[in-house]
Amino acid sequence: MSEQTTPASGGAVAAPPPVGTVRLTINGTAHEVQLAPWTTLLDALREYLHLTGTKKGCDHGQCGACTVLVNGTRINSCLTLAVMHEDDDITTIEGLGSEDNLSALQQAFVDHDAFQCGYCTPGQICSAQGLINEGKAHSEHDIREMMSGNLCRCGAYVGILAAVQEVVNKK
Amino acid sequence: MNSFTFHRATGVDDAVRETTRHTGAAYIGGGTNLIDLMKENVMRPSYLVSVAKLPLAAIEALPDGGLRLGAMATNADTAWHEDVKSRYPLLNQAILAGASPQLRNAATNGGNLMQRTRCLYFYDLATPCNKREPGTGCSAIGGFNRIHAIFGASDQCIATHPSDMCVALAALAPTVRVSGPDGERSIAFDDFHRLPGDQPEKDNNLRPGELIISLDLPAKGFSKNFSYLKLRDRQSYAFALISVAAGLELDGTTITDARLALGGVAHKPWRDQEAEQLLIGQPATVETFARVAAQVVSTAVGQGSNDFKIELARRAVVRALKQAAEGSQQATDVFQNSNP
Ligand SMILES: Cc1cc2nc3c(=O)[nH]c(=O)nc-3n(C[C@H](O)[C@H](O)[C@H](O)COP(=O)(O)OP(=O)(O)OC[C@H]3O[C@@H](n4cnc5c(N)ncnc54)[C@H](O)[C@@H]3O)c2cc1C
Ligand code: SF4
Ligand code: FES
Ligand code: FES
Repeated sequence: MSEQTTPASGGAVAAPPPVGTVRLTINGTAHEVQLAPWTTLLDALREYLHLTGTKKGCDHGQCGACTVLVNGTRINSCLTLAVMHEDDDITTIEGLGSEDNLSALQQAFVDHDAFQCGYCTPGQICSAQGLINEGKAHSEHDIREMMSGNLCRCGAYVGILAAVQEVVNKK
Repeated sequence: MNSFTFHRATGVDDAVRETTRHTGAAYIGGGTNLIDLMKENVMRPSYLVSVAKLPLAAIEALPDGGLRLGAMATNADTAWHEDVKSRYPLLNQAILAGASPQLRNAATNGGNLMQRTRCLYFYDLATPCNKREPGTGCSAIGGFNRIHAIFGASDQCIATHPSDMCVALAALAPTVRVSGPDGERSIAFDDFHRLPGDQPEKDNNLRPGELIISLDLPAKGFSKNFSYLKLRDRQSYAFALISVAAGLELDGTTITDARLALGGVAHKPWRDQEAEQLLIGQPATVETFARVAAQVVSTAVGQGSNDFKIELARRAVVRALKQAAEGSQQATDVFQNSNP
């Protein structure tokens, strides 16, 4: 937990935010964090738990960079509060694989050059994992449509599609 | 975001009690609309009652042959439910045309009905908006109003209801079951949302403290001849400029029953029952559809930048009815067909 004790200027002391203990299970590990209720799941992950793989793009549900898996289901972590997920199993990009043991999707993204700057990539991979868990997308058209919640400013879509398609086809 | 107290409801009664007891309280479902609006300071509830995990997520058959959709079922679980896919495919198509997979996984059915307009001035605290701050004026009238209403607007607000799911629901006509401080009641779907009139701050007819608990679909699902046509600036992950939900029942080529609702055109999902009556008894031909579509848009009023919607709506109605009659769906190949 990081200390959030910004002293107010001009002598007046700002009221401390009403923090409370929030229990979150992330990548199989249980955490207890002191959080104000208005902390989004995204901010809890990045600013309090220092799991910075999950990215903040728009903070308004419009880009997909913040995609994580909640009980295996993909959602935007910027439009949900951490306190709403006390009984849930949360998986972030850090939980999908490790540097020397990449997940199938991570390896496919490398093989297909499915990124340029890489900022959207954790969200793309978590979203693709969600797509695979859902099991609804089969054709190229399905994958395009069901990956439309993830934007890529670098336009690496051709590689992203190829990577996701490869893993979908292996299933 | 403003500060607030968070309460996770332990049951329907607890949710209603907590929301009624605290001034400035609001329900939160998936949070995909409310949290966004809170980040923009458009909505500033001081007490949040979380209802997403209440045991109201079931989708189950009703004794009258209908289907009950729990208010807390996610939009995704609703769209992909076997009974929805087979008996109400119009609803499946409309839900899947909206938002993104991630958003549909979080969004609840109750929250979808309650989502607020995407009018840019509503979101922009620097501009007057009667819906956000009653009495300040409407910036969209005479302003940028490309996405605004062509039906049922008032001189106080020309906003549209942005939901896709609700357009299919308007055609399928479920009842909305709600629970409030005075107990339970049912609201016909067409009476749930309202036109702006001189109270644009009110999106719908829900009373203070009332919680949506289910949507009860009638048995008739128009599962053979239906179409959800959505026209937008990009092919996915964008709100509708115009959408049309059409359902037909055919005896040979004669239309024996019809449903028609439009989205992106009014403060509420716009069901046109006069058009439905005009369709019944007629042959399912492009000529019939063109005549009815002309009738549908005869009451439309443009606001300047959205004038194009009137002709677009007319053509979309013809296309949607044609697809419904043919049993074909929106796909890239249908864009190659000609349309009067
Ligand atoms: C980027 C983006 C794109 C989108 N695109 C589309 C689109 O193309 N088509 C479309 O249809 N939608 C679209 N949406 C909107 C989305 O469908 C809604 O945000 C969602 O359905 C709201 O559901 P929720 O459970 O998250 O609601 P919440 O955000 O939790 O709540 C919304 C409102 O409903 C109230 N509420 C919630 N549950 C209940 C209940 N049971 N009873 C009474 N009141 C309740 C809340 O108090 C709040 O005022 C988009 C959203 C985003 C962010
Ligand atoms: S159209 Fe309605 S929501 Fe938009 S600025 Fe006017 S009053 Fe506000
Ligand atoms: S940061 Fe959440 S969708 Fe963009
Ligand atoms: S790789 Fe740069 S945004 Fe996608």
